Amino acid sequence: MIEFFNFYVVPGIVTGSVYALGAIGITLIFGILRFGHFAHGDLATTGAYLALGATALLGLTPWVALPVAMILTALLAYGIHRLFYRHLESRPKILTVMASLGIGMMLRSIVQVVWGVDPLAYGSGIARAQSFGGLMLRPREIATLALTLALVAALLAFLRYSKWGKAMRAMSDNPDLARLCGVNNDQVTRLTWFIVGTLAAASGFCLGINTELTTMMGWSAMLSMFAAAVLGGVGRVEGAVVGGLVIGLAEELSVLLVPSPYKSATAFVILLAILLLRPQGIFKGKVL
Amino acid sequence: MASIGLINYATFMGTMIGIYGILALGLNVQWGVTGLFNAGIAGFFAVGAYLSALLTAPPSPERIMGWELPVAFGWLGAMAGAALIAWPIGRICLRFRSDYLAIATIGVAEVIRLVLRTEESLSGGARGITGVPRPFGGFEYSLSQFAYFALVIAVLLLVYWALERQLAAPWGRMMKAIRDNEQAAAAMGKDIAKRRLEAFVLGAAVMGLAGALYVHFMRAITPEAIDPMISTFLVWIMLILGGSGNNRGAILGAVIVWLIWSMSEFVTDQLPADVATQAKYIRVFLIGLMLQLILRFRPEGLLPEESGQRTSYRSPPSSR
Repeated sequence: MIEFFNFYVVPGIVTGSVYALGAIGITLIFGILRFGHFAHGDLATTGAYLALGATALLGLTPWVALPVAMILTALLAYGIHRLFYRHLESRPKILTVMASLGIGMMLRSIVQVVWGVDPLAYGSGIARAQSFGGLMLRPREIATLALTLALVAALLAFLRYSKWGKAMRAMSDNPDLARLCGVNNDQVTRLTWFIVGTLAAASGFCLGINTELTTMMGWSAMLSMFAAAVLGGVGRVEGAVVGGLVIGLAEELSVLLVPSPYKSATAFVILLAILLLRPQGIFKGKVL
Repeated sequence: MASIGLINYATFMGTMIGIYGILALGLNVQWGVTGLFNAGIAGFFAVGAYLSALLTAPPSPERIMGWELPVAFGWLGAMAGAALIAWPIGRICLRFRSDYLAIATIGVAEVIRLVLRTEESLSGGARGITGVPRPFGGFEYSLSQFAYFALVIAVLLLVYWALERQLAAPWGRMMKAIRDNEQAAAAMGKDIAKRRLEAFVLGAAVMGLAGALYVHFMRAITPEAIDPMISTFLVWIMLILGGSGNNRGAILGAVIVWLIWSMSEFVTDQLPADVATQAKYIRVFLIGLMLQLILRFRPEGLLPEESGQRTSYRSPPSSR
């Protein structure tokens, strides 16, 4: 029984945390700015490689490099919005979706030019798993879960209690009404991109530190992150977290039923099923 | 004989332009006329290519089928196969905004690639499917290339003619009405979900046909032959640069973008080996940037859609 947890549940929850951090970003953009952000996986990849760059250039340890990468990715996300998405705001949203697909390709190719396409790692050395009553956990797995928990708790508190968090929720509910009530939509948009970039970097970093860094990792994870966001309910942060964990667990458990190469198709099947049966998701999100 | 080499190269380019032109026409039915975002073009292309190959190639102990049917059956099978995959996806996703269709089609393309890489009995494993017959394949090399080029152009013109007929018919005007103002069209009693599904399936069938044309041209296919995102992206840029909603624009875009794309390859091939791999990714970056620039400065394309002023680019009819 404990093997079942060690082999399937723990990796599932760790992968699920990565998806949750990515899915929060997707769900915030989908909910507040109202478009599917297809560069999100590659934004996470970029964040992960920026952390790698910080370890190499500044000599930081990976976990100290992470905040640096989070800040840089937040600025990058906002910069992309200013340069490429903002002027499309008055046009049909689908054009922004298309632009974001191109941005994803551009980010990926920059990473491929700078760091090459061979897999990389943050550091050598094998982290020994410690036993917690039979449950084997590696330090980096504990850190991933703690980081996810801390970021989600901070974000939920921010959205619930702070003035800016309330403005974000107001704009998510109804942008025109929010503007009439004095919410500055431009500032909320900027804040959203900062938060989204920060979380994307954390997501990519956790993906990289628990496996390895590849230039395609974010693109491959994006389908799962989208499925998580839709499963939880578009616009719902807590939904994205639950959705991420469900998708992560489902992918790890899928190998019990289907050959392991099809693991990455699990999210796609769940996405189609949720769109067919309950498009508003578990937590009653938006259906656009 | 340099001139023969040049002619062969031009024929090769022309054939590829013809195949991409058909892909762009297929996308025009989905995006240009109906406003559906298909981000999995390579998936439908691959289904057409593999199905046509399996139907017409000689049998092999390593994989299934290999029925040696006439090539025409392969092409029809390719269209039917791509349409059959598009149908359930469209049924599920077309009720929602096109963002959902985009992610679902990316998923379809990934799953198709996964199946082809995993199921060796279907795809012939790493060796792929070889010995796919080519019409006029028995001719001497240059003549065979040229004859197939002429055939591809004939198919391109046939598809163009058929789609022009379809778009000039009431069906085409109805599709544009739905695209430009869905609520008004619904109020007029149009069955929007059904019409969108028709357009999505029709476009996918055309993409499947392009895949079949490709595989008979190359005479072989492996799962790695098509880079899913790059080829999907090229078709998108062809259509948007040429002019969404305009079939002639789609073909013009295919000519321009394919020429730019293969000329840039020609340039990077001259570079020393250590820079050449990086140059490949710089090319990808540049086509991404090209899309951004077109979307910003010329969203209507070089040959804008002709009639029925497409106002939706400037003022969206609703918050959708």
